[in-house]
Amino acid sequence: MIKKLTFLALIAGFGYMLWTGLAKYNAAESLNRISSYYAQDGLEEVGAANLVTAVVVTYRGLDTLGEVSILFLTASILGFFLVSGKGPKIPLQDSSEILKTASKLLEPIILLFGIYVFINGHLTPGGGFQGGAILASALILAYLANPKEGINKSIFRITESISGVVFILIGILGIVLAGGFLDNRIIPVGSIGDLISAGIIPIIYIFVGMKVGAELTSIVTNLKHSPKNNVE
Amino acid sequence: METNLNIILAIVIGVLALVFAIIAIYHKKLSVAIIASGAVSLMASILFLLLSAPDVAMTEAAIGSGLSVIIFFYALSKIRKQHD
Repeated sequence: MIKKLTFLALIAGFGYMLWTGLAKYNAAESLNRISSYYAQDGLEEVGAANLVTAVVVTYRGLDTLGEVSILFLTASILGFFLVSGKGPKIPLQDSSEILKTASKLLEPIILLFGIYVFINGHLTPGGGFQGGAILASALILAYLANPKEGINKSIFRITESISGVVFILIGILGIVLAGGFLDNRIIPVGSIGDLISAGIIPIIYIFVGMKVGAELTSIVTNLKHSPKNNVE
Repeated sequence: METNLNIILAIVIGVLALVFAIIAIYHKKLSVAIIASGAVSLMASILFLLLSAPDVAMTEAAIGSGLSVIIFFYALSKIRKQHD
């Protein structure tokens, strides 16, 4: 009884906190200084038709680097804990005929869509992170359909490491050749709306996409390969 | 007119998301709970799309309702095989 009352009091307190925040909230009528700068000068300065990409990769590129490294840390910690133990492996079962046939049809389409999402990241909504997640889902579908065929895990490790290093190298090149870390004007910006435009953004997004795809796939492969007595 | 429709749609989707969330917490079968939690993410991604944030909506749909559901199912099947 006391436990339930404490819970109720906690929930009521939390609700009151949220309510006071909501009561004081009024939507901003105009953009503040920094967002109006992005909206007015961002298109010309970065040359990306999708302004969100301009903010994510160029103006706030350091945050994106942080996000990617958090994901890398998660994937490597999972790999460390899941694969390190030894013991009998769980026997793998064959998947159903429906899944096998459907995956053969869907895999190329999903892969192609993922690649489209991160190559067109500077033109249409989407980008490296989203495209990488879509790529990973296609690879995981392949895993689910053919559980006995393993993809060599070192491919993911190598892709991930190379992509991460290239991302940082491009950022440092920005310091040397242009305005600062991850500045996209190392190569000419080009005309807005072309596939090859917005300077270095498409190249960064290709590597971010490969990195995220490899990391997310390696999480699932580690789950699959971990020994039986290791999940308790 | 169009904004009114959008608001009604947003309210319907928000209520649906709440219903799925309650199912995810209280349903006895774990597999149903996992699917319901994926549906919460799907509703959230539609809401993001209505609020004109397609980039966030794509992330939410791909990771929230795609990958995390698959990873949960992987873990669930592992636990079940251990108990056999």
